[in-house]
Amino acid sequence: MIYSLCLVLILIGLYGVVTKKNIVKIVISLAIMEYGVNLFLILIGYRNNGVHPGIEESESFTHFLAHSVDPLPQALVLTSIVISLGMLALMVGMCIRLYERYGTFDITEIRRLRG
Amino acid sequence: MEHAILHIILIMMIIGALIAIETKNLLSSIISVGAVGFLLAIMFLFLRAPDLAITQMVVEILCLVILIRATISRDLTAISGGREFFGLITTATLIILITVLGLKIFEDFPAFGSSVLDRVIDAPAKTYIADGLEKTGSANIVTTILLDFRAYDTLGEITVLFCAILGTLAVLRRKARKQATEEDNE
Amino acid sequence: MEEGMSLVVKTVIRLLKGFILLFGVYITAYGHVTPGDGFAGGVIIACAFILIFLAEGKRDSMKTFGETAAREMSCIGGLIFLLTAFAGIGISGIFLKNFLPTKAAARFTLFSAGTIPICNIGVAVIVAASLYLVFSIMSSLHVIVKDDEEREMINRGEEIE
Repeated sequence: MIYSLCLVLILIGLYGVVTKKNIVKIVISLAIMEYGVNLFLILIGYRNNGVHPGIEESESFTHFLAHSVDPLPQALVLTSIVISLGMLALMVGMCIRLYERYGTFDITEIRRLRG
Repeated sequence: MEHAILHIILIMMIIGALIAIETKNLLSSIISVGAVGFLLAIMFLFLRAPDLAITQMVVEILCLVILIRATISRDLTAISGGREFFGLITTATLIILITVLGLKIFEDFPAFGSSVLDRVIDAPAKTYIADGLEKTGSANIVTTILLDFRAYDTLGEITVLFCAILGTLAVLRRKARKQATEEDNE
Repeated sequence: MEEGMSLVVKTVIRLLKGFILLFGVYITAYGHVTPGDGFAGGVIIACAFILIFLAEGKRDSMKTFGETAAREMSCIGGLIFLLTAFAGIGISGIFLKNFLPTKAAARFTLFSAGTIPICNIGVAVIVAASLYLVFSIMSSLHVIVKDDEEREMINRGEEIE
């Protein structure tokens, strides 16, 4: 059930990318898709009654081994979050340049006014 | 139902995403996507990932600042107009197809909460958890995976971030023509 | 963003910038003991510098921490990471090997875990410098108009190459 809700979030982002005309709305929908994908990866690694993957000094090691959540998706999603920030900066830079060149954010107008 | 709080937060995120996409005012949609990002950080806390919650929260703040920089003091007239019929049909077909396929796949998924560490004997993360403290001496297993066991991925990641920032500089930079012709004449 | 913000905002940020910077450095330095990483610490340090940039105005900030300083700091951050990686080859023949000794008595403290804190600092420096660079470039986009000819070109909508 929770995986289906996550898929709905990704599909909302996909709908926004495909149908919207305003280029900033397309960038925002891409960000929503990225949130959905990162969330899906973390949902896979969850364990019932889990503890976070960091050893504390006063904790028994066997309890930690039996209850910690999966740390591998967390490491990969951390990389993905920071890269998505760099990607968003690049996309917004392109939007700014497009606005200064063509005077509008509308992609149908930009397609018409070539060069 | 157990994990009720996770479902509630996810439904709030879906409502926020719908508001972000459908509203006509650009500033409102940017603030809504900020709300979706903050709810995602809370969700990461409930899923026992505090590293990710800290990173997602500050990255979300910077995303909001950069997005607002792009749209403020620009011409914010709402863009409207007729939609193309063919594009709408294609989109609707695509989304229905992906939803049906996805729901079929999720029936075969293992239940939420039984991670791969329980089901598979030699899961890749088992050696990381068992040997992390002895081999490296650091208590945070996510940091040891990022910077010791899989440090190549971190090297690739800082390369990608560096290249994205260089690309942004190249797109946004302008040089005055007078300066360029003076350099050519010298 | 000519002169920065009002006096209230400037005073508050002058009082707070040390604490935000310290928080970012703390999350980076204790990345191997408590939750947190070089990435989160770097983004927080970038937020502190962006806050100073927004409060003091474009002109003063570009004079103090301009584009050149940010570019050099990001290269320094990348070099810290790469030199640690190549030092692994020099010392034990494996790229990116954790070559500093880790004693069992020094766990859960600051100076433990081998080369991990050094790599954390390198990652934080490169992330912070890159994000500050992007924001300062986005905020100072105006072309420096040299003479009337270029002003005419901007008014006609042509590009200045």
